Formats: sequence, C-alpha cells, structure tokens
Amino acid sequence: MSQSFDEISAQLRRRHRKSARLKWMSMGALGLAGLFLVLFFTDMMIKGLPAFQQAQIQVEVDYSEQASQLPLAAVQEDVRPLVSRGYLRLIPGRMEDNAELLGTTRMEWVLADSQVDQYLKGHHTRLSDSEQEVVDRLQAEGRAELRFNTTFFTSGDSKMPELAGIASAAMGTVMTLLVTLAVSFPIGVMTAVYLEEFAPDNRFTQLIEININNLAAIPSILFGLLGLAIFINFFGVPRSSPVVGGLTLALMTLPVIIISTRTALRSVPDSIRHAAFGVGCSRWQVVRDHVLPLALPGIMTGSIIGLAQAMGETAPLIIVGMVAFIPDVAASFSEAATVLPAQIFTWAGEPERAFIEKTSGGILVLLAVLISLNATAVVLRKKFERRW
Amino acid sequence: MNIHVSERKMGPMSGHSAGEPVVRNENANHELSVRVRDLNLWYGDNQALKNINVDVFQKNVTALIGPSGCGKSTFLRCLNRMNDLIPSVRIEGLISMDGRDVNEPKMDEVALRRRVGMVFQKPNPFPKSIYDNVAYAPRMHDLVSRKADVDELVERALRDAGLWEEVKDKLYEPGTSLSGGQQQRLCIARAIAVQPEVILMDEPTSALDPISTATIEDLMDKLKQQFTIITVTHNMQQAARVADYTAFFHLGELIEYNDTQTMFSNPATKKAEDYITGRYG
Repeated sequence: MSQSFDEISAQLRRRHRKSARLKWMSMGALGLAGLFLVLFFTDMMIKGLPAFQQAQIQVEVDYSEQASQLPLAAVQEDVRPLVSRGYLRLIPGRMEDNAELLGTTRMEWVLADSQVDQYLKGHHTRLSDSEQEVVDRLQAEGRAELRFNTTFFTSGDSKMPELAGIASAAMGTVMTLLVTLAVSFPIGVMTAVYLEEFAPDNRFTQLIEININNLAAIPSILFGLLGLAIFINFFGVPRSSPVVGGLTLALMTLPVIIISTRTALRSVPDSIRHAAFGVGCSRWQVVRDHVLPLALPGIMTGSIIGLAQAMGETAPLIIVGMVAFIPDVAASFSEAATVLPAQIFTWAGEPERAFIEKTSGGILVLLAVLISLNATAVVLRKKFERRW
Repeated sequence: MNIHVSERKMGPMSGHSAGEPVVRNENANHELSVRVRDLNLWYGDNQALKNINVDVFQKNVTALIGPSGCGKSTFLRCLNRMNDLIPSVRIEGLISMDGRDVNEPKMDEVALRRRVGMVFQKPNPFPKSIYDNVAYAPRMHDLVSRKADVDELVERALRDAGLWEEVKDKLYEPGTSLSGGQQQRLCIARAIAVQPEVILMDEPTSALDPISTATIEDLMDKLKQQFTIITVTHNMQQAARVADYTAFFHLGELIEYNDTQTMFSNPATKKAEDYITGRYG
C-alpha cells in the first residue's frame, strides 16, 4: 500500500523547514548588505554635504595703492586672519585688470579662511578666542554665513582647503575616460567579433581566450606597471597625462569589454545567423546587419560597466603619475592631469581637518557619476532590448 | 549503384541510371535542376551520408523522408553549403547545378545561396519590420535600389507567399509580431524575394498548427510553378500530399527515390515499405 498524505507530510516537514531556513538566511544577507550600504551613504552624506557649503564674510575691501603691493593691507586688521589668504592674493591682479577699482573702498562678500568655515560648521577650529568673538559678531550682524560652494566645482586642487575643488580632477577624468573609450571600445568589440564569429576553434584561439579571461582578474596595479613600461618608457608618452592614464585604463577595460561583447554575441540565437546566411549574406554582413544590432545593448552595458570600473580606479594611475597635486585644469591630452578617485586619495592624505569634508564631498560626486553611469547602462539595456 | 531494390519486389528498373528515380512521374517536368553523384559526408569520423545519387528535377516538389538522424536534413544543407558553417564537416562527391559543382573552390557560397534559398524548421524572421525582412536580401544583392522598385518587389514576394492580404496594413510592424504560420510564410517571402531557382525547406511545418500547415502546403503547390522545391518532412502524409518525387533516407543512405505515388502505393524496397507502413520511424 502506498503512503498516506499524513505520512508523506511528516517526512516533508524537515525539507520545508530547511528551505525556510535558507530563505531567511539569504534575506538576512541581503538585509545586512543593505544596512551597510545605508550606513555608508549616511556617513558620506553627513561628512560630505558640508563640503558643498563654504563660509563667506562681508568685509570692507580697500583697493589702495598699498594693497596692490601688499594684499593683506586691503582688509582691516581685525578681520585679516579671517579672510582667505588665497582670496587676498588675487586682489592685485584684479586691480590691474580693472583700473577703476584703484582708490575705492567697497563692502564685499569674500571667501573666508577654512578655519572660519570649520568654526561656522561647528567643527574643531584653530581660531583664537578673540578671532572667534569677531566671527560671532560678524555672524550676529549677518556678515558671515555659509553659502553654496561654487569654488568646489570651479577650481582645481589647492593647499588651502577653502580654495580646493574638483574641477581639474573632473576634467581629467572626462579626458582620461575619452581616451579609454576611444581605444578600448573599438579594439575590444572587434576582438570579440573576431573570436566569436570568425576565428576557428583551435589551440591558438583557446589560448587567447584563456588569457583574456585571466587578464580580467589581474590586479589593476600591474596594468599601471605595464603602462609605465610600454607607454611612458618605450613610446615616450608624457607621464601624468590623460593619454597615458587613458591608455593604461584601456588595457584594464579591454578584457571586460571583450568578455561582455562575446557574451552578448553568443546570446544572439543561431537561427538569426542561419537566416542571414540563407539569404546569401557574407560573414561580415551577417555580423554587421544582424548580429551586432541585436548584441548592441549588451555590448553597451558591458562597456559602460567597464568604463565605470576604470573611472573608479586609482592604483594603476599611481604608477603613471596621475595621483599628484594638480591645481590646474589640463588644457590638452598631453598635460598633467589627475582624476576624481586620485583627487580623493590625495585629499584623504592631507592633514587639515577641512580636507575631511572635501574627501567625502569628492566621494559623493564620484558616486553620483558612477550611479548615473550604471543607471544609463540599465536604461540602455531596457530600451534596446529586442525580442525574437 | 546504391539504390537498393529488394529481391522480393522488383520495381520497374529497366533503363534507369544512377540518381534517377526508380519510377518517373509522367506528369512532372524532367529538366534537371540539381545532380548529386556519390556524395559522402562526414561529421568528424562519423559518416552521415553514404554514396548519395539523386537527380532533382526543376519545378517539382521533392520530399526527403526518413527516420530521425537518417541524414535528410544534412543532405538538404549540402545543397546550399550551409554545412560549411560546421567546422568538422568533410564532403566528397559531386553536387552539380547549372553545370557547376557547388563545392568547387571557385564557387562563392554567397552566389550559391542567392540561387538556392532556404526556409528553416523554426520560423526565423529577422527582428526587423515585415517590409525589411523581405527587402533586406534584394537590396543587399543590389537587385533593386529605387524605393518604388523595392515596394513592388516586397508586394510581389508577399503576394506569392500568400501573406500580402494579411500584412499589407502593417508592413512596418516587426516580423516577429506575426503568428507562427505567418512568420513561416514571411520567411518564404524572404527566400523568394531574390528569385532563386531552388528553395530548400527543412521541415517547414513541424513547428506549426494543422491549419497553418495546410496553408504552407497549398503554397508549396503554387510555388512549384516558379521554383524547384526540396523539402524535408517528418510527416509522410505531407510528402504524399505535396511532393512529386520522394526520396527515402535511412542511416545516411538513400534507400529509394521514386515518384511519390509509386513510393506510397508500391515502394520498390522493403525498408521504404516498412517505414511508410509505420513498422519503424
């Protein structure tokens, strides 16, 4: 006689318990990951958001003859330590550019020193008690306040925190990634097309395949060494430049693009290829007219993810000299430049407290860009996904 | 001589040479389209076709039948060299069309496939519009370029494939939005759009419902006025309904090639008779 339902249920109970346990464990893992993510974001927000604000104070600026020689003389002695040195240094230049300024005295909002900034944000400050009193008085009169920090987005790195910004690093990132994209996308896609659609399956192509898969797993700093040896020492590409950085990152991105392109090509059903061969397409026409258009969303997704990876990379750039103090926005692809993660790395090593928020602010900007890049990848994939 | 005639039944063998059908259909056209002599094919070490000899006549439907794995699809794909896509395939023997060996080094497989079109088992329209599905190949081969000519050609091909009335108002919708039977007719329209001489059909109705199947069968009957059709089928009733000639394959050998009526009423070989009467298959 066969077993009754009750007997079978009794045996099943253990199996059901086990699957319930596994379900809870995986949900727990997901929850834990989410918790860490939330913690990380909150911490970054708390530390980084103040970087988007900067203290300014309203002071009397005296554009006198003396100020053009000695910029410190432009402001009165009591507020002198409160005004950014970097800002004061610009005064003689402005007077040269604009002759009308000479001899006038104006009330102006000027960039405050980072110590004032830290004091207003309630952080530890090195201002003396009397200086703090002056700041308190200015604030009470409405002459000292936190304003949106345009400097952070418009200027390059500086040793003075109130003047330090991400402009040069952001521009460097854009230029470097342009080089990376221009080099790795065509080479990667064509390599994948060759390996997937044209190459015979023999020992040699298998060897290439294994090596490409291995390259994707190599520590990125080794690509930096390769870039140094080949691009800088052998080809003489200027070091620290977006060209050399882009080429180095391209080496790193290539395997990612090749692998994702091959996956995308492989996911195009053979029936489409057969249909195309059947109407008399040459191999290249099959690829160009039928396979590539269908694989394109996958290729783009893979390439964007590869680029996003390259964008967050610092280690190989240390070796080719892009992690450095670069105050100016690079004017060409061969000039010294730095990139966002390198800038964050540089700031993280600065001793002044004010750089802590710069570091976090930089991370927030980088995260925002990375998230939007990945979101673009998802949107592209959804939009161009075709059914067959 | 590899057309085995059993001892038990002697068909009307008199005067027939290698490759020709055992019994000729007197109503059919007898101009030669494809001549196959001593065709052998190996997948690696595995011989899939053994000494095949066939004469395929123009403007007929020739059906290839036989149990699974008998080599009928493999044979079909030899005729437009689709087997070239499989790296381990080795082919020996002659397949001649229009006085040329299709496997000769000078033969361009692209040119061959323009004259020998193909319809596959599963409908596989390109993921493009209905219009582009048909227009793609003629444009690619530079048969037409002016918009009006392309329009005309698309309409003619769709009419010949019996699809025009159903799709004329939605030519720019994706080909994949059609039903299975319509997709298969779209694939037929795509194949005939380049005016080939031979159309190979690899079990064209095996993925379709009975009504769509009947439509395709009617279509094959009409199309044979213009084209030579060689079709693989698992369905013996279909072969009996649509084919003028039937070739029976078994384990890589061509057992019998005969006028369809004779094949189904009075087969010359025991193996074919056993298969047709359902003893194995």
